[in-house]
Amino acid sequence: MADKENQDTISKAKRDWEEQRLKKLLSKRPERKENFVTGSNSDVQRLYTPTDLEDLDYLEDLGFPGEYPYTRGVQPTMYRGRLWTMRQYAGFATAEESNKRYKYLLEQGQTGLSVAFDLPTQIGYDSDHPLSEGEVGKVGVAIDSLKDMEILFDGIPLDKVSTSMTINAPAAVLLAMYIAVAEKQGVPSDKLNGTIQNDILKEYIARGTYIFPTQPSMRLITDIFEYCAKHVPKWNTISISGYHIREAGSTASQEVAFTLADGIAYVQAAINAGLEVDEFAPRLSFFFNSHNDLLEEVAKFRAARRLWSRIMKERFNAKKPKSMMLRFHTQTGGSTLTAQQPDNNIVRVAIQTLAAVLGGTQSLHTNSRDEALALPSEESVRIALRTQQIVGFESGVAETVDPLAGSYYVEAMTDRIEKEASEYIAKIDELGGAPSAIDKGFVQKEIQDSAYRYQMEVESGERVVVGVNKFQVKEETPKGLLKVDPRVGEMQKAKLEELKRSRDNTKVKEALEGLKKAAEGDENQMPFIVSAVREYATLGEVCGVLREVFGEYKQSIVL
Amino acid sequence: MDKPIRVLVAKPGLDGHDRGAKVIARAFRDAGMEVIYTGLRQTPEQIVETAIQEDVEVVAMSILSGAHNHLFPIVVNMLKEREADDILVVGGGVIPDDDIPGLKEAGVAEIFTPGTPTSQAIEFIKQNIKR
Amino acid sequence: MSLQERLVSGDVRALARLMTYAENDYPEATRVIKELYDKTGGAYVIGITGPPGAGKSTLTDKLTKALRARGKTVGIIAVDPTSPFTGGAILGDRIRMQDLFTDQGVFIRSMGTRGHLGGLSRATQTAVRLLDIFGKDYIFIETVGVGQSEVDIVKTADSVVMVLMPGLGDDIQAIKAGIMEIGDVFAINKADLDGADRTKIEIEMMLDLNENREWRPPISKVVAVDNSGIDDLLERIQNHRYYLESSGELVSRRLRNTKQELVSLIRDRVVEFILEESGERFSVDRLVESIASKDMDIYTAAEEILRKIKK
Repeated sequence: MADKENQDTISKAKRDWEEQRLKKLLSKRPERKENFVTGSNSDVQRLYTPTDLEDLDYLEDLGFPGEYPYTRGVQPTMYRGRLWTMRQYAGFATAEESNKRYKYLLEQGQTGLSVAFDLPTQIGYDSDHPLSEGEVGKVGVAIDSLKDMEILFDGIPLDKVSTSMTINAPAAVLLAMYIAVAEKQGVPSDKLNGTIQNDILKEYIARGTYIFPTQPSMRLITDIFEYCAKHVPKWNTISISGYHIREAGSTASQEVAFTLADGIAYVQAAINAGLEVDEFAPRLSFFFNSHNDLLEEVAKFRAARRLWSRIMKERFNAKKPKSMMLRFHTQTGGSTLTAQQPDNNIVRVAIQTLAAVLGGTQSLHTNSRDEALALPSEESVRIALRTQQIVGFESGVAETVDPLAGSYYVEAMTDRIEKEASEYIAKIDELGGAPSAIDKGFVQKEIQDSAYRYQMEVESGERVVVGVNKFQVKEETPKGLLKVDPRVGEMQKAKLEELKRSRDNTKVKEALEGLKKAAEGDENQMPFIVSAVREYATLGEVCGVLREVFGEYKQSIVL
Repeated sequence: MDKPIRVLVAKPGLDGHDRGAKVIARAFRDAGMEVIYTGLRQTPEQIVETAIQEDVEVVAMSILSGAHNHLFPIVVNMLKEREADDILVVGGGVIPDDDIPGLKEAGVAEIFTPGTPTSQAIEFIKQNIKR
Repeated sequence: MSLQERLVSGDVRALARLMTYAENDYPEATRVIKELYDKTGGAYVIGITGPPGAGKSTLTDKLTKALRARGKTVGIIAVDPTSPFTGGAILGDRIRMQDLFTDQGVFIRSMGTRGHLGGLSRATQTAVRLLDIFGKDYIFIETVGVGQSEVDIVKTADSVVMVLMPGLGDDIQAIKAGIMEIGDVFAINKADLDGADRTKIEIEMMLDLNENREWRPPISKVVAVDNSGIDDLLERIQNHRYYLESSGELVSRRLRNTKQELVSLIRDRVVEFILEESGERFSVDRLVESIASKDMDIYTAAEEILRKIKK
């Protein structure tokens, strides 16, 4: 950053400082620890100076917000124009219950919806499937058919809100249902705003709600890309997710590396399917975690933006600026929450919120303090949302663009993370790309090693987790936790029975047969899925047809 | 060396969060145990059959989805039906304190909630297996 | 009911418990086998070996399903390495056999090597006998698949399937010597990957070096995850079995194996005996000291012990 002569002067001065001042102090008062590391176990130096940024070229590596390589942000004015979208992930029990929670959140000033589905829905089983037993409505809302979806968005104008859906393997089906609900509200699909997660690779890596094998899963994804480019142009067709990779125990650099490697695989798959890169790439979005190491996280977000833009430009020859922009949603780190002294989690979430905002996120979910114990209560969700509002309106960090740029430490760490992530991506390329590296268990193994090392650090006390391995207190059982009504499963089953009596079963059968043919051939499956859900074919029926054609994914585990 | 303790680490239900299960599996191994790990989405039938064929002394299950009240007791009861209730059953995951007494009554020997050191689980197993 | 009676009556728990006894060196396992030895010999034993990542477990899973579809019962012993440092092990082969867990005609047992070299565990042979007595038609033994010295399988199995995959390249060269020769049937798994034909040619070339044998191992291309080529592979294994049976080679192979096992069993016992006897008429420790201080050489020491024992 500084010129050569200046660098030498600073280097020399630094050496003098080390010799004359530092040594003397250290001999009298040693530091707290021998080695200092980040939350991701990377070495941290005592002091960063311009000499750590010798190779940094301002225009090439940082540039200006809204311009390549987007290190400083994807929009020119960032939060001076508009604050990030405050989007709390919510959903539980039945569509009726969740609909109430959404309306509450919108009244509280939330600006977008984020739908959590229960596990049977995420894995493409109806509520009456034997494997759904005990799981219906537990970690999110149970959606069996368009009927449930109509209730879920009852009274919520779909042309006014943007909706993010955490749905992957059956993303096509839930998107089809959303389009069909909008139709009933009189909203054409080109007015719809929102995101489906639709990121199957990280399901194989870390989250586990996969259904189909890799190839047909990738085809479903590219079918969605193609369909949305024509019919739902404002929709974010995928949210390539590092969040769960981090939750599984990865480091910050691994989070960036494996997420972008997945991204590369999707782009390549779409290109192989005959799509033009600039046609679908602007609709790709990302989803990252935000952990406690504030400055490392800020560096991570900046590194991810810079690296992705370089990949899109250099590897895929993208031309449109939007194709090179890494836009991302952030959620604060669920695995950083402790069951012990849960109120401490409010503070953790506040730090993580700062990291996301200083890192330039486009939208944010803040976790509630009680999530290590149960589903969040309404009061806890409100505090979590207020945390974002306090950072947005009171802290001042949103008043200027990328305020930490130029910090020797933050820039050095941004470089380091970009470099480490690039090395991983090169390794994954060598293994034949992300799907193949996942199949070989490479990615999983790297993450597990990090997770295990972290656990051992906590257990040895090397890494302090307040309230868990230090500063413990005797605690009362927390009160006021949210419980899902155990009758939800029965209620859903009754609804399903009623549905199957009242719908036109001949039409359902025809629609499903049409879908089967499309799946067996190479037509885009999306229009057939939309037709099937319109006739109230259930999620389980649609996924059942595809299971029949494609089979199921088999996990590959290396421990 | 003592005869190694054989333990089945199982993920019942549909929940795909296996960080905890994998970490505990490694910790058990490093404590000298033989760990059978069977992956995600195990039905109670699969868990019980595996426990019997592998003649394990411990079944350790992890659930983060909230389905524990349903699934843990089924496994315990099926083991009983197969006259395999000498096998120690323990559970872990996001499990509210309120649910723990009920699970213990149902026959789960111990519940380990988030933040429990792996060493504590290992010690519990060593103290409580029937040999 | 005694464990022995329960085993004969088809009690899975008894079978599993006896295997544990075998692994833990409790005499109960061998006692039961002694009683029921005339019930052994009915099962056909297939070894599945090959380098890590070749897909041995998935292949075992598919072969088992194919045999089940033909009405046969199957036992599987899957061996994984035990950590020499902690004595612990992660036994993960089952993950790829999930559909078999609740099939009453299949019994799967995972074993750690517990310090034993050669690709199997010490108790593997005993476990095979227990499955045999239990009445399984086929028994698969999946070896550790980490090293180069997995030769034990040839002493235990009737047919050995060597599982390889494309792209091993130099690995094939490396494992050629000695190890490749134990394959009675070759399976090139993941044959949809580039290089499958090359791998086949390399194996053929290796087999050409040894033309003067009666059975030339066939090579089967499979994609285990897609269940493709499995029937073909199974047929080739069956062909090997017919060859062994019709040529009388099965009897002599099993005789050879029995002899080897007997010899090694005697060797173990003799060594045990000598170490137990050590102290009264001679002391192994003292002899070792003499060797160290060059008062005696190691050969003379061994002869000395034998002379004392023989008396």
